[in-house]
Amino acid sequence: MLQKILIANRGEIARRIIRTCKRMGIRTVAVYSEADETALHVQDADEAVAIGPSQVQKSYLNVDAIMEAAKATGADAIHPGYGFLSENSDFARRCEEEGITFIGPRPEAITQMGSKIAARGIAKAAGVPIVPGTEEAVASAEEAVQMAHAIGYPVLLKASAGGGGIGMVVANTDEDIRQTFENAQKRVASYFGDGTLYLEKYFLHPRHIEIQVVADTHGQAVHLGERECSIQRRHQKVVEESPSPVVSPELRDKMGAAAMALAKRLKYTGVGTVEFILTGEHEFYFLEMNTRLQVEHPVTEEVFGIDLVEWQIRIANGEKMDSTLLSVTPSRHAIECRLYAEDPVRMLPSPGTMTRFDAPVMKGLRLEMGFREGDKITPFYDPMIGKIITAGSTREEARKRMVEALSMFSVEGIKTNLPLLTNILENEHFVRGETHTGFIDEYMK
Amino acid sequence: MKGITSNMAGTVFKVLVQPGQSVAEGDDVVILESMKMEVPVSAEESGTVKRVAVTEGDFVNEGDLLVEWE
Repeated sequence: MLQKILIANRGEIARRIIRTCKRMGIRTVAVYSEADETALHVQDADEAVAIGPSQVQKSYLNVDAIMEAAKATGADAIHPGYGFLSENSDFARRCEEEGITFIGPRPEAITQMGSKIAARGIAKAAGVPIVPGTEEAVASAEEAVQMAHAIGYPVLLKASAGGGGIGMVVANTDEDIRQTFENAQKRVASYFGDGTLYLEKYFLHPRHIEIQVVADTHGQAVHLGERECSIQRRHQKVVEESPSPVVSPELRDKMGAAAMALAKRLKYTGVGTVEFILTGEHEFYFLEMNTRLQVEHPVTEEVFGIDLVEWQIRIANGEKMDSTLLSVTPSRHAIECRLYAEDPVRMLPSPGTMTRFDAPVMKGLRLEMGFREGDKITPFYDPMIGKIITAGSTREEARKRMVEALSMFSVEGIKTNLPLLTNILENEHFVRGETHTGFIDEYMK
Repeated sequence: MKGITSNMAGTVFKVLVQPGQSVAEGDDVVILESMKMEVPVSAEESGTVKRVAVTEGDFVNEGDLLVEWE
């Protein structure tokens, strides 16, 4: 059994992982940058190690410093959380080489899903429907224009190495491509060290539906239904829920089977998420696979009454999934809102000190918060302060609880997206479950 | 003195103009970066750049002067 886990992350996810470790009797090591010296995740852990200056490249992405911290504290495993090093196969391999368990899939699976182009090829080979698009990297604007003609406008230019929507450009005309291609390439290269772009068909107003899969090292795999994450701004999720208001049991079976086929093909182990877009005609297409714990994993946990982090650890420990997990059934509806430090109207980052932070306590409410009153939300990292999750026996009950919970928050000193979240949750289209990825642009501006 | 100010707190990711350069309304003059997001700051009217008040890597607060205008 793993005795001590180092969490190579910060904020709410580090705290959430530490909580499960504590319950399992596993000791924890936090790592922190200069900016996070007094952070909650540092205080929650049994031990904490400083790993460098505030900039991510020098701290949370600093593989040498993190490996050193693991060795100095005698940690036998590293949990990468999400973001940062969680989908870095070199890091996973380095852990392996140094005899430290990486809590995640094999490095090969990370590599295969890490390149969007390779991932499309593998999904196709596994019989999973893919969005019409290029099989190869697109080298120039003119090449992109040629391909766009073959696919049909509108098209989406995407970073092969990217994530979080960085570098994505929608093009409606040849001119759009010619104007944006070079910039997109540069921006993507500066972010990911790899400027490779590819092109795919762009669907207006699809839903974003993803399937949670869990697989152990004994060849067993299960899917835990879908999460709908259609409410996004700048291609980043804001509100997520499970089940989706439009996924029928038959569609769930089909999408679940597709996700499982991909996981099997990859010989996937641990928890992972297969993302799809769902069109108005209920056709679904593979987008990508996230080979890690998702930000929005709590909605699945609330719906199924399970702890996904516990299963990550048990699977990393070589345990077999038991019948309770293999036959678990959904019993509730859950909604998650991401609380961001950002201007709710302009949606621009709003770093600063939270001079007041009051969060409610109520039935059916789960909070995952990375910060407390008096904490500084720095410009160095993601603007997410934490997550608000409500559950209920019906969607409407979960939604009403969320509206009530949001109204009871009081945050001062920085701007937050609380007013936006309330507007979304109270919007008539949301109430009716009529959500799509253009929701915020269409109804919130 | 006229100027273009920062619309959020963050780091100056890129300066796109230099003194003496004439800029049209809507052109991006500086790109700021904060919380993993790049936000361009554009000129609200056309004019000529008199002085650039920041260099790449500087930290600025909301309302700080970025570019002085003529």
